[in-house]
Amino acid sequence: MSLELTDVTLTYPDGGGRLTALDAVSLEVPAGRMTAVIGPSGSGKSSLLAVAATLITPDRGRVVIDGIDTTGLSRAELTALRRTTIGTVFQQPNLLPSLTAAEQLQVMAHLDGRSPRKAATRARELLAAVGLEGQSDRRPHQLSGGQRQRINIARALMNEPAVLLVDEPTSALDHERGAAVLDLLTTLTHQRATATVLVTHDRSHLEAVDEIAEVRDGRLGTPLRV
Amino acid sequence: MAEPVFVAWRDLRFAKGRFALMGTVIVLITMLVGLLSGLTAGLGRENTSAITALPVDHLVFSAPVGDGKVAFTDSRLPQRTVREWARVPGVRSAEPLGIATTKAQAGSRTAAVSAFGVRPGSRLGPGGTSVADGSVVLSQKAAQVLGIRAGDAVTLGGRAVEVAAVSGAAMYSHTAVIWTSLEGWRKLTGGPGGATVVALTTTGAADLPAADKKLGTRTVTADDALKAIGSYSAENGSLQLMRGFLFAISALVIGAFFTVWTIQRSGDVAVLKALGASTRSLLRDALGQAVVLLVIGTGLGTAVAAGVGALVGGTVPFVLDGATVLIPALVMIALGAVGAALSIRRITSVDPLTALGSAR
Repeated sequence: MSLELTDVTLTYPDGGGRLTALDAVSLEVPAGRMTAVIGPSGSGKSSLLAVAATLITPDRGRVVIDGIDTTGLSRAELTALRRTTIGTVFQQPNLLPSLTAAEQLQVMAHLDGRSPRKAATRARELLAAVGLEGQSDRRPHQLSGGQRQRINIARALMNEPAVLLVDEPTSALDHERGAAVLDLLTTLTHQRATATVLVTHDRSHLEAVDEIAEVRDGRLGTPLRV
Repeated sequence: MAEPVFVAWRDLRFAKGRFALMGTVIVLITMLVGLLSGLTAGLGRENTSAITALPVDHLVFSAPVGDGKVAFTDSRLPQRTVREWARVPGVRSAEPLGIATTKAQAGSRTAAVSAFGVRPGSRLGPGGTSVADGSVVLSQKAAQVLGIRAGDAVTLGGRAVEVAAVSGAAMYSHTAVIWTSLEGWRKLTGGPGGATVVALTTTGAADLPAADKKLGTRTVTADDALKAIGSYSAENGSLQLMRGFLFAISALVIGAFFTVWTIQRSGDVAVLKALGASTRSLLRDALGQAVVLLVIGTGLGTAVAAGVGALVGGTVPFVLDGATVLIPALVMIALGAVGAALSIRRITSVDPLTALGSAR
């Protein structure tokens, strides 16, 4: 099992009391499968993603990433886990303006202390895999929205993560480009055997995923197979 | 081998305009600091070189009155005190030195000079020469200003004397030095004799405070004696204050730049943290960027200051050496790095969570 959330509860301070963002949420995503988490705004989708990305420590429950129980890990250990085991595809591409397309990927290898030469080779391969051959020297402002989102995906895969967390990847794209991005994510999930969680509110792309789980008011329903 | 600074180096190349602007500010401040340092040292040398060149370790002044500070202009020691200092245990030599500012005239040329009166044959005078009654040794600057050379005559305080030699570059209180005999100095000042100060060479075992107490004098080290030159204290203090302010301003300007820069790129920092960058590596990256900028800017500024100093060195008192060129540059880099480090530490407080769902 590559991603396992068990009985995860997360609350935020809210005035004098606490607001429950996630209420005893459990979710299992095996390697090579994509689970879509859907739900209305404010239902807890982003909180679930943040907990899975180890960016927030839940009040209660366990988060296991690729067999590693994150409970009690130090901040430095969680940072290392994000670097080596988790790939995050942000809602907006969040590319660094000073880096070329290839460097957006190479920076991941740099953070992990990997060989620059191997990183350059892998970045080229990944850019080709997401359909961006010949674009490696372009900076973000020289690329279209769809191309930037593809780099966002390729960057998440650079360090060969076991878990891929994808946050509303099509929200800034038109339907056609959004569908292409979803196809790409599905293909990569199966090819690279990542446990992928796709947070989305766009139900039009759900046929591409393996399972769908709906979250409402912080509670996650039982995932349904597509 | 991984690059120590990955993103920062690319930021430097990408945001050329911003960094060029900041680099220019660093170049200008460094240039100003370098020029001021050279000028401070040059002016200092014109004030003190006659004293710093004395082959002694202490100078004895008459006990100060009023503010408690010794001053060459106020000091006057009788002959008896000079003799008694020579007998103090631990004192190897006690040479009387008389100092007076006077007017020198040679033909139609006149100049204010400092007359340094020493015993004939005293080792306080310029090396390889000896003063005697009725003759003087001119420093090169004095000879140049008066337009005379060895064998010529010069009128010193209304008394004609022969120039025995021209030697050394001694300056005192911005005036060229003329070495005369102690007797000649006494005639210039019209006093009863004695000396302005006594120049001591000690063994280290001398109980100087006890001797001071007994003889009614104040002994200071040769370095501290520079403070007793009124023009040097006032001038050097002001110039050092200006230099200090420039260092502080540079640190503040660099700190302000990197504060704004860090705030501007806090979104990028959040993304990098969310992707797994450690705070330590981000700090190293940002500090490396600041140091690269500082080294390049300071290097250029120092080169310009050194070039200007070399050009004007003949006409303006300017010292061009490691102390006036390299040390200010290193201080600039160190203080700039401290300013930058204080600014970029806000990287530690950037929350990676903001990268999720943030519209950028």
